[in-house]
This record gives sequence, structure tokens and C-alpha cells, in this order.
Amino acid sequence: MDVAIEKEMDDANEEYKYASPEQLRYARVLSLGVQAGFVILVVSFVLYMSGVLAPLVPVDQLPQYWHLSAAEFAKATGTPTGWNWVAQIGKGDVLNLLGIVVLASVSAVSTLAVLPIFARRNDRAHVAISILLVLVLAVSAANVLH
Amino acid sequence: MSTPNLRRALLVLLALCATPAFAATAATAAMPWWGWPLSLFVVCFALGIVAVPAGVGGGVLFVPIVGGFFPFHLDFVRGGGLMVALASALAASPGLLRLGLASLRLALPLSLLVAVSQIAGAMIGLILPAAIAQTALGTIILGIVVLMWTAKKSEVPGIQRADPLSAALRINGVFHDTANAQDVQWIVHRTPTALVTFIFIGVLAGMFGLGAGWANVPTLNLLMGVPLKVAAGSSSLILSMTSSAAWVYINQGAILPMVVVPSIIGMMMGAMIGVRLLRVVKASAIRRMVIAMLLFAGLRALLKGLGIWM
Repeated sequence: MDVAIEKEMDDANEEYKYASPEQLRYARVLSLGVQAGFVILVVSFVLYMSGVLAPLVPVDQLPQYWHLSAAEFAKATGTPTGWNWVAQIGKGDVLNLLGIVVLASVSAVSTLAVLPIFARRNDRAHVAISILLVLVLAVSAANVLH
Repeated sequence: MSTPNLRRALLVLLALCATPAFAATAATAAMPWWGWPLSLFVVCFALGIVAVPAGVGGGVLFVPIVGGFFPFHLDFVRGGGLMVALASALAASPGLLRLGLASLRLALPLSLLVAVSQIAGAMIGLILPAAIAQTALGTIILGIVVLMWTAKKSEVPGIQRADPLSAALRINGVFHDTANAQDVQWIVHRTPTALVTFIFIGVLAGMFGLGAGWANVPTLNLLMGVPLKVAAGSSSLILSMTSSAAWVYINQGAILPMVVVPSIIGMMMGAMIGVRLLRVVKASAIRRMVIAMLLFAGLRALLKGLGIWM
């Protein structure tokens, strides 16, 4: 959406006059992502707890394992690490990671959404900082650091 | 409800927090599996109520209390703490940005450094033996208690001249102060020192899953001279922009849905009530209660780490 139109829409709300166009766009994208993340999280947890989707680790067996460290837990239960969870997304407990991942990703998407506004203003410093921030988040998400 | 009654109700709520907590230490095997997520929900609901008026994020309360009294390994508690802090900040940030109570220009450079240092902190945290991590956590929490007890606040610091770096990055803004019914323009100073400080904050936040509002707000307000309301809002924005530590925990399998989801839902529902409570009770009274809770939880983590109180 064009920045001017976005600004016009938001100006309709007098309370938003202290926010810059990039803040308003960032807020809009963030808000949509957060809502989507929360809905996915709640729905997947209901599917998990109700037993509609069978979990990888049966819920009544969890207390036998949750005192273990994350590495020991993964080894003992066969819980996937890194992005291997995607292959087992049909399991009730693993599906919950989808909402978690959406919530963890939404700020990077919002930062990318404001890049064109900084670029149009020739604000090279914030373009560079935004790209670096997204790269750092992408590297941490990619599971290449050990 | 009158303020004294509300205070009594809050105390009862906090006592409710302690019930499953003590049950955890006394009868771990006796509790059915579903009792734990239910207890987590109740505890986080209570923590969410007091966190908002006390001016702290959920993570700093969650990690020592759940880590001290629930049977989960500290890896899952720290992962949960990071997600609780992230979710709370994500929910608050859009509104704060729209009202000009959080600054994207201020948050972006600080978030970059926090994101990098959080990765280092998370990786260190996950290789630390549990006893050492508990001891260090207890020490840090007790340090936070001292910080919260002694830290001063400055509503509008009134900086005379911006430093060259913040001027180059055009870190400034204006917000509407409803208390005085006037627009307040703000600039910042000491940006290079603040950048170094935020590196340390990021390491600690990643290592212990604490969130970082307890350190962000004083740094932004007292060191950089950001008005208190914008400092609190921008702190939330920085938390929401820095999910790098959460990613490390996700990739290492340290996010357990049975721990994370009831905690997030409980904390969010509690926070909704906490926002309303802010209007009717004295925030300073709740803040003192939270400091007492943190003191207890910090001592518990320290003694658990040292093997004195298992």
C-alpha cells in the first residue's frame, strides 16, 4: 500500500499523529502477524490438549522427561531440533511450534516492510541497520550457529 | 472494590502462586500431568496482573518463580521466559508505536546489538550446567531487586544537546504527555555508552531468558535521557524486535509447548486485568510486592543452585 494512503488512513485517527509513517506501517504489519501467531498458538494447543492430533510425546509421559535438559529431552523422546519439526507438523505437540515460529518471525517481517520507506528517504543508516537486524535474526533462525 | 480490598485480593492471588509452587517441591510425583499446565496458567495469570502495574516484563518474574518451584528443567523455563517476554512485548508494541510512545528510530540500532549479544548469551546459557545457571540466576535476580529498589526515574529528563551519533541517526521524537496535556519533544545523549550497555543487557537476557525491561528502561531513561513513557514503550519494542535468543532456544528444542502456551495465555490474560488495575491501585505498592516476590524467588534460585534448598 502506498505510504501516503497509509498515512491518510491513520491520520483519520487523531491519536496517531505523533507516529511517523514508518512506525505506522511497522505497527500495522506487526499487529497482523501477532494476531495470526496468537490464533495459531491457541488453536494448535487446543488440538494438542484435546487429543485431536496425537502428540509425539504422550502428555501423560511428559513428567518423566521434562526435568531433563533440552538436549537430553530431545535424545530421550526423539523430539526434533532445528527445523526438523516441519516434517512432523502433524503431531499435536510439534504443531504448537508453528505459532511460536510465527511470533518469533513477525518482527523481522515488519522490519522488512519499513525498508522501502527508509530507502525512499535516502536514509542509508536505517536501511543498513534494518538489513543487518533482519540478517542477524535470519542467521539465528537458520540454526547454523552451534 | 476499594484499594485496601484490592490489595488484599492481590495478596491472595500471590498466595495462589505459591500453592502450586510449594506443591512442586513437596509432591512432584503426586501431581497429575495436567496439574502442571493448569498451575502454570494460574501462576502466570497472577504474574500478568502484577507485572503491568509494577512496570516489569513477564520474563523477569517467570524465570525465577517457575524455575524455582516447578519441576521443569531450567532450559525449558528459560525458553518459556523468553517466549513470554516476547509475546507480551509483541502484543503491546503496535499500540505504543501508533501513539508515539515507542520510537522505531531509537529501537532499531539498539535492537541490532541486543539481537547479536542475545545469541551469545543464549548459547552460553544452554551449555552452562544447571546448578551454575541457577546460582547465577539467583545472583542476577537479587541484583535486579537492588536495581529496582534503588533506581530513580526521570519523567522528562530534558536533554540540552543530542550527541553526534544520535543526531546523525535522527533519534528524536515528540509525544503527548496526557498528565500535563502538552506535547513533549525529546532528544537523546550518551548513545555510544548506551550501545555498549545494551550489549551486556542482551547477553544477560539471552543467558537467563529474563526479558530485559528491568534494564532497558533505566538505561534508556537515566543514561540516554529518553522520557520515561517513551523509554518504557521503546523497551517493549526492543524486546519485540529481538527474537534471536528465542530462535536459539527453539532450534535447540528448549521450547516445550506444555510450558510455553499456558504461560503465554495466562500472562496475557493477567496483563489485561493489570492494565485496568493500574488505574485504581497505587503502582508503588504493587511494585514493592513484586520486589518482595523477586527477593524470595532470587534467594530460592541461589539456594537451589548451591544445593542448600532443593
